[in-house]
Amino acid sequence: MSASPILSAFRQALTEAWAGGAGALMPLGFFAGAAVLVPLGIGTDPTTLRAVGPGILWVALALASLVTLERIFQADVEDGALDLWLQTGAPASMIAAAKAFAHWLTAGLPLAILSPIFALMFQAKADTSLLAHMGLYALGGLAFFFWGGVGAALSATVRRGGLLISLIALPLYVPTAIFGALAMSGGPGSTGAPLFLAASTLFALAVAPFAMGAALRLAAD
Amino acid sequence: MITGALLSATDLGMIRGERILFRNVSLAAHAGEAIVLRGANGAGKTTLLRILAGLTRPETGSVDRAASHHWIAHREGLKPHETPRTHLGLWARAWGAPTDQIDAVLKKMVLIRPSDVSARHLSAGQRRRTALARLLLQERPVWLLDEPLTALDADGRELLLSMISEHRLRGGAIIAAIHGDAGFDSSREVTI
Repeated sequence: MSASPILSAFRQALTEAWAGGAGALMPLGFFAGAAVLVPLGIGTDPTTLRAVGPGILWVALALASLVTLERIFQADVEDGALDLWLQTGAPASMIAAAKAFAHWLTAGLPLAILSPIFALMFQAKADTSLLAHMGLYALGGLAFFFWGGVGAALSATVRRGGLLISLIALPLYVPTAIFGALAMSGGPGSTGAPLFLAASTLFALAVAPFAMGAALRLAAD
Repeated sequence: MITGALLSATDLGMIRGERILFRNVSLAAHAGEAIVLRGANGAGKTTLLRILAGLTRPETGSVDRAASHHWIAHREGLKPHETPRTHLGLWARAWGAPTDQIDAVLKKMVLIRPSDVSARHLSAGQRRRTALARLLLQERPVWLLDEPLTALDADGRELLLSMISEHRLRGGAIIAAIHGDAGFDSSREVTI
């Protein structure tokens, strides 16, 4: 087995994510929108904002990943590209993982990188912990995109599958959201939380590709 | 060189919903042969081709693929943002085929003029020619074609028919679902 089909799938997903124009910007706008609207909704008390800030950013990151992933596999089913990918001889799971990773790179990673700016909007103290948080958002976002990819692959043949993706993926997002928010809370248990976050991301990376691959084979059947 | 059938299927049967789509379909494609699949709309020609390609699992029977195959179907596999050139480049790289032949392939398929136009602006015939161009990227003994003549103009039809006859002369085999006149001498017709 050669790696070239997998690299090509990655490259195609990357150009596809950018080609839509707003492809990568849409989740960013979504994230920014949530970060701007929440202080308007819950008031501008700095202590409250500082307390809810990280949690809001996790929720926005999770929802932004769902918005991006809605059509990644559905489009492949509709235009016939999925049939071609499944006949390359490369495992469907690796093709799917390459695509999910490409979408995390274009939509998930930029969100993590910009997270310090949003954190400052939530009255976070400007210190090095914001950089550590950046890493946590990147790590957790990867899990979100892989689990979201499972939802997207399972609903690839369903029109308007967005709701279905959310229903499938959101429960799988829970461990990441819990450990991610806990790691940033500074409260009891927060020292070990980054390791649990990393573990849940590794679990997603190990399991989600096979679920995506099986779902895509089923979608083509 | 493969002796015997390049692709053979034994006792294929398929159920869709509550209905038996077809059963006891057997075929074997040897070097130089062209098998034409016949059947009314909805008889299951596309499903049979998908089974031969390994995309769909048959309810009964089995497929033996001794050689690699190309797949050309209704859904061309073009992304809206892809141009004929980027599409062929992508698949050449994915298959490990040389990319320096792409200009020659585009020229042969008369796709030089729209070679940098994104697929959403291509005509149906140009999209079809782009898909058919994949056949020339890599030598594969079996071509599975689902209604390959659709959307092609007279020149495109001639071009495809000459590609098919050259492929057969080189020892390739073709299995195609075709309505009406095939335009080439088929070795066998399978009606389902």
